[in-house]
Amino acid sequence: MLYAILCYNDEAAVDAWPKAKDDAVIAKRRSVTDRLAEKGQLGPVLRLMNTTAATTVRYGAEPIVIDGPFAETKEQLLGLYVIDVASLDEAVEVARQMAGKNGDGGSGAFEIRPLRAFIPDNVKRETMIS
Amino acid sequence: MTTDLTWIDTALKSARPQAVAALLRYFRGDLDRAEEAFQEACLRALQNWPEKGPPRDPAAWLIFVGRNSGVDAARRSLKHVALPEDDSLTDGEDVQDDMAERLDGAQYRDDILRLLFICCHPDLPNTQQIALALRIVSGLTVAEIASAFLVSESAMEQRITRAKRRIGEADIAFATPGAADRAERLGVVAAMLYLLFNEGYSASGGDALIRQPLCLEAIRLARLLLRLFPSEPEIMGLAALMLLQHARAAARLDTAGQIVLLDDQDRSRWDADLIQEGLALLDKAIRHQRPGPMQVQAAIAALHARAAKPEDTDWTQIVQLYETLEKMQPSPVIALNRAVAVSKADSPEAALDMIAPLAPALANYFYFFGVKGALLQQLGRNDEARIAFDRAIALARTPAEAAHIRQHLDKLSKTA
Repeated sequence: MLYAILCYNDEAAVDAWPKAKDDAVIAKRRSVTDRLAEKGQLGPVLRLMNTTAATTVRYGAEPIVIDGPFAETKEQLLGLYVIDVASLDEAVEVARQMAGKNGDGGSGAFEIRPLRAFIPDNVKRETMIS
Repeated sequence: MTTDLTWIDTALKSARPQAVAALLRYFRGDLDRAEEAFQEACLRALQNWPEKGPPRDPAAWLIFVGRNSGVDAARRSLKHVALPEDDSLTDGEDVQDDMAERLDGAQYRDDILRLLFICCHPDLPNTQQIALALRIVSGLTVAEIASAFLVSESAMEQRITRAKRRIGEADIAFATPGAADRAERLGVVAAMLYLLFNEGYSASGGDALIRQPLCLEAIRLARLLLRLFPSEPEIMGLAALMLLQHARAAARLDTAGQIVLLDDQDRSRWDADLIQEGLALLDKAIRHQRPGPMQVQAAIAALHARAAKPEDTDWTQIVQLYETLEKMQPSPVIALNRAVAVSKADSPEAALDMIAPLAPALANYFYFFGVKGALLQQLGRNDEARIAFDRAIALARTPAEAAHIRQHLDKLSKTA
């Protein structure tokens, strides 16, 4: 069985961590995930950027693009896609296509969050900056 | 229960702007009373939270408790009624359920904006605006602020007291601001936060490390504004600008703490995480197609961030962005920056022609003579360059600035 483990925390508090603390937390986590990786049991590890970098696309015949994270509580996180495109415009366009006529006719949304880190690093950091 | 209580400090610090801002509204602009009430609430939190655990919404808890304690204090000063015992406080959950209904996000947002805005009173000099925001909004101690501003604690205490008195006399509007007022407040606050950032960023020498927390605080407040106003492209631009500039922090100073110019920085020491976040925010801002000065400056910083080597820098586009910025905010300093970009994109001659008309406006500006000297030097006009550099040294405000110009003069002496 494949499981996703989703990380929740107070981002204002995490933002305030000095780099040393951030590195220390990641290192501690790795003591767990490295053991899984050795046994071939670790899938992709993602770190999302701050929610202030988020954009939300709401389902609809004409999907609506909203700045900021997905904030409703009546819907639940059901899955995610990782895509490699040149700009937020392109990412919004992909979400728009999925939320529009290719949507499920319901009332969901896609939240677009830039990634800070992707392990294994097959999306190169250089391409993330350029 | 863990004995490590740093989580309480972190929670109190991150709840502070929201809590003090709401208390200020309850106490109709009485800043001292709002601060006292917040202190009181923090003391209660330190007594209650270790045992009962963190409340679901720490800010709401602090506002509720602070408001009651403030009311108590007011009542006490009138009738000498004793404060209630701690155990008469309802436990955390009731407090929160009560508060959750009464406080909605929109009110928080205008509260915090108002709190930041009153620190920007136009009668207060810039440094006082920043000091006041650090004291009231961020909750830094007077000693911490004094050290960041390199002045004595008593001098800073006086400054803050005077600034508080000034805004106490001002008539602050507590009604929910209209769209135009809100936009104006946001613009003023954004400019103040960028000044705060620059107080830390422009430091050099031994002061650089002491002042870096100012940059971090400015970034923290910009992120807070962004959470409150998620659709404002200029606030996205402000945060992007700070992140892109702060990304260079480690490469900007040499081991002696002297400033290393952009061209000479080891770009592998730039912080890739901060650059990515800055670029993502700028990308998000540009989609709105409502350009403003913060976004343009962030776009310039982004072009530097994207260049792996100095010679990869897209100077032509930087020249265009400075032209745009100058149209938005005509200023001889921006014109000077544009000239520097022109010297790279075109030629030092063209840049020299551009700065000539700026001379009267910038007659006492250190950087003007530094640029002029460097351009003349590139053209081999060494005698004139020396005169410009001498003038720059005379105008330098810090030993680091003077030392930097002296390096140019040393190079000139070697080639002469």
